[in-house]
Amino acid sequence: MNKRQLSKYFPVFVLPAFAAFCIGFVYPFFRGIYLSFCAFRTTSDAKWVGLSNYAQVFRDGGFLYSFVFTALFTLVSVLAINLIAFTVAHILTSGIRGANVFRTVFFMPNLIGGVILGYIWQVIFDGILQNYGTNIKLDSRLGFAGLVILLCWQQIGYMMIIYISGLNSIPDHLYEAAKVDGATKWQTLRSVTLPMMMPSITICTFLTLTNSFKLFDQNLALTAGEPGVQVAGETVYQTEMLALNIYNTFYQNMNTRGVGQAKAVVFFLIVAAVGLVQLYLTRSKEVEQ
Amino acid sequence: MRKTFSKTLTTVIMSVISAVYLTPILIVIINSLKTKTAISASPFSLPDAGTFVGLDNYTRGINFGGYPFLLSALYSLMITVLSTLAILLFTSMAAWYITRVDNLLCRSIYYLCVFSMIVPFQMVMFTLSKVADTLNLGNPLGIVIIYLGFGAGLAIFMFCGFVKSIPREIEEAATIDGCGAIRTFFGIVLPVMKPTLISVCILETMWIWNDFLLPFLVLDIKEYRTIPIHIQYLNGSYGQSDIGAIMALIVLSVIPIVIFYFTCQKHIIKGIMAGAVKG
Repeated sequence: MNKRQLSKYFPVFVLPAFAAFCIGFVYPFFRGIYLSFCAFRTTSDAKWVGLSNYAQVFRDGGFLYSFVFTALFTLVSVLAINLIAFTVAHILTSGIRGANVFRTVFFMPNLIGGVILGYIWQVIFDGILQNYGTNIKLDSRLGFAGLVILLCWQQIGYMMIIYISGLNSIPDHLYEAAKVDGATKWQTLRSVTLPMMMPSITICTFLTLTNSFKLFDQNLALTAGEPGVQVAGETVYQTEMLALNIYNTFYQNMNTRGVGQAKAVVFFLIVAAVGLVQLYLTRSKEVEQ
Repeated sequence: MRKTFSKTLTTVIMSVISAVYLTPILIVIINSLKTKTAISASPFSLPDAGTFVGLDNYTRGINFGGYPFLLSALYSLMITVLSTLAILLFTSMAAWYITRVDNLLCRSIYYLCVFSMIVPFQMVMFTLSKVADTLNLGNPLGIVIIYLGFGAGLAIFMFCGFVKSIPREIEEAATIDGCGAIRTFFGIVLPVMKPTLISVCILETMWIWNDFLLPFLVLDIKEYRTIPIHIQYLNGSYGQSDIGAIMALIVLSVIPIVIFYFTCQKHIIKGIMAGAVKG
């Protein structure tokens, strides 16, 4: 099949997926950028207001708070998930018995959706906390810890799978060479395993970073942003992450939809920047194989 | 000798950790068999003669919240299966064409797809729900088009990566034998793509089955609820709280996932490893 013969089949092969892609992504994306410069309640009554939505975004205490909260949450969960997942993968590839059973167990929570996970953990956290006269929605520090635990429980298994496949692909002769050279276990880990694992580490940090930054379902189901406190006349929800903050800006007050859309654009730019910077940094540490 | 001892010790420690890892699910199962008051008073205790209610929570649960649970399970299943099939069929076709024809338009579509993978859903959520509304896509069939569109990025990216590795000679041989583009694709290319088809199938299934916000905003919620929407409705302010029924529903929601996991475990792990290259 040469190019010229094939190229006239565009309507058959590409059009269905491309048309849906335009409906489901391209049009909403560009329309969203346009609307971030408008005041609107529905998409048909949009009025151009220039940069005023963006000005409001950066004056919005709740949004700035969410940004800090999300960044902290992301930092802690990325470190926790990757350290634990790497350690577990290392143990499971060391030839212990029952490795397959353990792998099955650790991966299981990943298949449960965020909303259901949030509910499961709410029961458990509140069951423990009621002995101390509090609950997960009353204290933002507990909410933070709860979200980290929940996300670890969900994502460790997924990252573990990627780390296991990375560890299994390291050729044995490298370890043998290290042994011949008299390297200690720690030296082998630092000088052989870690450099060879950089591609897996790149992927797993990228995935955990973007997943944590974009977290929504779990946030909504576990704490719903509670507790809310009054700061200078506006309510700031202390466990509200960026995605939930944007959602609430859209759907709790119809008059702030333009601001919500501007927040969404800012959110997209942050996610893209964080993801690309991270890819660049870890890629530069990868070794040629 | 020392080595086998330390390995056994590691196995024992890992067994304990695994048991702890599964307790959240066990607690929910145990609670689903207890009375409402017993769940709130002592969520971590086993049921006794006074607090054991058998399957009462389940019989109440399946119609709890003014919406039959089985209907939401049916919609979840229908939307997941149809959307995944649509994604597999249409994006694999598109990916083959894009990779083989490789002109400016094709390359632009490809880069748009890669780009779409880093865009968070919040960026398009409002406009997408309005588009779905305008085009009347707020039903279990219409949402398939939305999933095809929003899920196309990752799928086209993965299929394109695979098509590049298929030698053109196979397809040329088919052309010489007189196969047209459609027969070449379905007879030759599609069967070769099987490993990637399975990987994409797994990744899209896991995403769509658990997805909450997209169907919540797109579907007409009064009529059509998926499992995550149904559970979220019962959470907190929406429904009158019946913690027993909710526990039973959580167990019922997790059962299909566990079945799926144990029947496709091998493929799920391969799918994740294949999906990991997207980073």
